Amino acid sequence: MQEHDMSWVRTEMALAQPAPASVSGPVAWVRRNLIGSVGDTILTILGIVIVAWVLPQVINWAFINAQWTGPDRTVCATVAQGGIQPDGWSGACWAFVNAKFGQFMFGTYPVEERWRPILVAILFVALLVPMLMPRVPRKGLNAILLFLVLPIVSFFLLVGGIFGLPHVETSRWGGLLITLSLSFVGIAVSLPLGTVLALGRRSKMPIVKMLCVIFIEAVRGIPLITVLFFVSVMLPLFLPAGVTFDKYLRALIGVSLFAAAYMAEVVRGGLQAIPKGQYEGADSLGLGYWQKMGLIVLPQALKLVIPGIVNTFIGMFKDTSLVLIISMFDLLGIVKQNFSDANWATAQTAKSGLVFAAFVFWLFCFGMSRYSMYTERRLDTGYKR
Amino acid sequence: MASQEILREEPSRGSFVNDPRIRSLFFQTLVVVLLFGSIWWIVQNVIDNLQRLHIASGFGFLKGRAGFDISDTPIAYTSDSTYGRAIVVGLINTIIVAAAGIITATIIGFIIGIGRLSQNWLIQKICTVYVEIFRNIPPLLVIFFWYSGVLAVLPAPRDSYHLPFGSFLNQRGFYFPRPVWGDGSWLILVALVVGIAMSWFVARRARQRQMATGQQFPVFWTSAALIVGLPLLAYVLSGFPLTFDLPKQSTFNLTGGFQVKPEFLSLYLALSCYTAAFIAEIVRAGIRGVSKGQTEAAAALGLRSGSILRLVVVPQAMRIVIPPLTSQYLNLTKNSSLAIAIGYPDLTATAGTVLNQTGQAVEGVLIMMIAYLILSLVTSAVMNVVNSRMALVER
Repeated sequence: MQEHDMSWVRTEMALAQPAPASVSGPVAWVRRNLIGSVGDTILTILGIVIVAWVLPQVINWAFINAQWTGPDRTVCATVAQGGIQPDGWSGACWAFVNAKFGQFMFGTYPVEERWRPILVAILFVALLVPMLMPRVPRKGLNAILLFLVLPIVSFFLLVGGIFGLPHVETSRWGGLLITLSLSFVGIAVSLPLGTVLALGRRSKMPIVKMLCVIFIEAVRGIPLITVLFFVSVMLPLFLPAGVTFDKYLRALIGVSLFAAAYMAEVVRGGLQAIPKGQYEGADSLGLGYWQKMGLIVLPQALKLVIPGIVNTFIGMFKDTSLVLIISMFDLLGIVKQNFSDANWATAQTAKSGLVFAAFVFWLFCFGMSRYSMYTERRLDTGYKR
Repeated sequence: MASQEILREEPSRGSFVNDPRIRSLFFQTLVVVLLFGSIWWIVQNVIDNLQRLHIASGFGFLKGRAGFDISDTPIAYTSDSTYGRAIVVGLINTIIVAAAGIITATIIGFIIGIGRLSQNWLIQKICTVYVEIFRNIPPLLVIFFWYSGVLAVLPAPRDSYHLPFGSFLNQRGFYFPRPVWGDGSWLILVALVVGIAMSWFVARRARQRQMATGQQFPVFWTSAALIVGLPLLAYVLSGFPLTFDLPKQSTFNLTGGFQVKPEFLSLYLALSCYTAAFIAEIVRAGIRGVSKGQTEAAAALGLRSGSILRLVVVPQAMRIVIPPLTSQYLNLTKNSSLAIAIGYPDLTATAGTVLNQTGQAVEGVLIMMIAYLILSLVTSAVMNVVNSRMALVER
């Protein structure tokens, strides 16, 4: 029973009016984001000057003035330098990258055997892509294939000497092949090793704990170059006379140990973030140590630290470029090695080769970081504030 | 009676195999045995190998004549100096490039990091592009880019770029006027020290006065006047003892002045640019970590935007920023070992040369490791002091 006659009250909502032009639309956007105040306007002008100074130069150099094809250095040298370009010309020498592309990818891997790394790459992509897509089923089988079967198959395919495949020494590997294989094996080794180290560091057994702390802190305190030096110079001394290690294997050991120490700290962060109740709950269910860690704690802890893990992966991927110090030729090393090729030496060669290498590294690292952001959002179970 | 006796009994654990203490003891013994076994095996191998290669162990080799030249020598060094001195020269070079890189990277990083949070769309995008480019390429590549891509293709000394203040830039590096300290120039240094001491004193008094009375004192301008003015006064009074040795251009080379070699320049620029991208992200995270309520509360108290930033936001952001900033400084110091790739004689390069010449691999690597560990420890000790001064003081 109503006391008042409410019939004058509107029964349906009024339609929303479009926002006034002063708060929406492109003009308002410019006013808010570019010329909000005097300081803002000055900054905008400064920004426009920077962009107007840098962007045309970059575009000119990389696209408009660039030389895409050519047989040798003459296409990338000015007349004064003995080439065909007008004086004062400055442009990328993509012809150099084009001519050396095979080397940049495979190093001095025999040309007639290059189908083997290509096959490995195809297998890798075919296993990696379903692994990365959350909706594709059978993740367990996929992981086993990717992290156990693929490395073994790739090893026999790349090294050869079996099933009638000619043997290719690792000293003939190079370029992106080394960069990718080093970082893939490094990733596959450092994550489990780092997890074990992190568990050891939080262990209640004092000796195990002390050893893990010493290893982690010592490795984290020194540069990777020193670790590589250590592995390449000291490892032969540590072994009985006559036992020699492949240089590639030595680099692999160095990179994996180095990354494992960093990984251990990342995983430890995750372990510390798991509430004590989870550990106690697992104990009260009667689970043993490894069951508790494997079934309850680690799945949660690793999920929490995915950004950190991927950061370590990215760092390791970038760090593989350091193997050039112990005279192995990864992508960066082989690009640098080709600067001294007299057939291509011009003022633009170094810059073009390095920009190409930077682009390849950038593509992989940027891809990894974007994928980690995507996973982080997908797995976000509300721990984050 | 019987039930009480049962209660007093230790709860049965079944087999002793399941006792966690015995298990822990067993595993630790196992680890120790394995560890000492492998160490013993390695030491045996090392001794065998060293004997076979006729290399004496010990650090006696440090007193031997080095016999190689070093391009950048901050302290007196010739090829007749000892191996030990060569390593010290390398260590000092590492410290120089790391310190210069840390300062520059911090400045660039803070500018870029604040720029990424700017209201200004264009500035924000420029800073984002910078961060995304430099974070995703290896530092070694950045070093090569500066070294072979930019500095190596600069003009020859004859056609050097003329820069302000009588400095020059060419493919042999960057030349700038070198100050020559004449007689009586010690007065200038004394004046500088006195100026710094006096401004510290003024700042302290000003803080005390503000605490007591609420009156403010223009500390910044006073200290600026003291630190710049006093040395200038001393310079004039002592009869202009400080002169500059200007680089002069001759046909083939530049003579005089102070030369910064391209190796140092490219390492320094690359480390600064690369680390700045990471510092920018840390700064951004730090500032975003201060809740918006703090800014609003400060505004409600009537503080202006500059004071809000200086008194409220930055002190709280620094607490978040400093620990990761420390690890970036450590990373920069460790990355300075990439110098070896372009031939800047840092610790790794000189110790590596010594190691190759003498064959003292064990000692050489040990020296490198200890030196870097000490550098890292010193850096983190300094940053811990800064951190504890910034830390939240709870009442």
